[in-house]
Amino acid sequence: MFQWLQNFADWLIYSAFNIGAETHLGTALNFFVFDTIKILILLFLVVFIMGIVNTYFPIEKLKNYLNKKKLYGLEYFLSSIFGAITPFCSCSSVPLFIGFVQGGIPLGVTFSFLITSPLVNEVAIAMFLGMFGLKATLIYVGSGVLLGTLGGWVLGKFKLEPLLSDWVKKILDNKLNQAAYKEENRTFTQRLPEIVNGAWDIVKNVLVYVIIGIAIGAAMHGYVPENFFNQYLGGGEWWTVPLAVIIAVPMYANAAGIVPVIQVFVAKGVPLGTAIAFMMATVGLSIPEATLLKKVMSLKLIAIFFAVVTLCIIISGYVFNLIL
Amino acid sequence: MSKSIKILGTGCPKCQTMTGVVKTVVQENNIDATIEKVEDIMEIMKFNVMSTPALVIDDVVTIKGRVPSKTEVLELLN
Repeated sequence: MFQWLQNFADWLIYSAFNIGAETHLGTALNFFVFDTIKILILLFLVVFIMGIVNTYFPIEKLKNYLNKKKLYGLEYFLSSIFGAITPFCSCSSVPLFIGFVQGGIPLGVTFSFLITSPLVNEVAIAMFLGMFGLKATLIYVGSGVLLGTLGGWVLGKFKLEPLLSDWVKKILDNKLNQAAYKEENRTFTQRLPEIVNGAWDIVKNVLVYVIIGIAIGAAMHGYVPENFFNQYLGGGEWWTVPLAVIIAVPMYANAAGIVPVIQVFVAKGVPLGTAIAFMMATVGLSIPEATLLKKVMSLKLIAIFFAVVTLCIIISGYVFNLIL
Repeated sequence: MSKSIKILGTGCPKCQTMTGVVKTVVQENNIDATIEKVEDIMEIMKFNVMSTPALVIDDVVTIKGRVPSKTEVLELLN
């Protein structure tokens, strides 16, 4: 699919710039040009497709669906899937949270959404596709959805309602009647320009992170010795997964910047499971997110939330290392 | 009569884009309107919206969760 792009990168670097294919700089630049353009194309496509899904399944519709149907436990799984297809913006997590509990959706189900939403997002999917291929992407998305399902279910068992902030509890006490969801009746052609613009905006926003991430990756490829990580992280000692996850939780990197670096880790011998766990902890949990959630939850609840999700990520890291 | 426009958003890039679009439309067409940015989450939740940015014209939520085009805003204001 991307052979034409490889040909272009070969031509640009080896012929037009006349930097030899056998030189270190030549291969690094070739890798950089090829990867950057490939990722940007994938990114645009994935965001575009998600945009189409999203304009027909806006969050209000999904919420009403969760609320109306009796789902016998499936609601955690569905909520997690909805979290995956809804574009994530950290600043909308609080309105989403309130909207869910206000609509009478159980706290655990709301958490399922809240866990998966940042974990599985369009940028992460595009980056994974570009750097690790389809199989790893499916594993990532599948495990993200499972993690949200499981994490939400566990949190739901804890009876955490008393730990919400006071004003949220007040909202819970006088639940609003569900505003009937009004379907937008604009045609596809009317929606298309804004989907394309939205996709273009996201690509523009993450462009600089993609370039920095791939540049760091390209540099590391050449300069980090082949068995460097093997010595420290790749040996498969039991503590490597928790260590990678705990380092990653407070880190706040967007998926665009972190995936190319992780790809180098894997190429240099870190097991894929450990790498995926690291990635999930980086994008899924972060200090800025905790600060935002502070408005709706007590510190204790945030701590429980983070602890459960961290534990789930660590477990999934082990599982990956066993099965991959 | 002067219209009251409120833009609900906690300050994410999309919310700023929307504010920009609305301001331009109001200026270019000399529309008599007050523009207010609502950033406080408790205030935002009173409008019962789940996705920001949202555009509120005379206390009616007209757009939520996306950035509208200039023509769309103009139509809503007329």
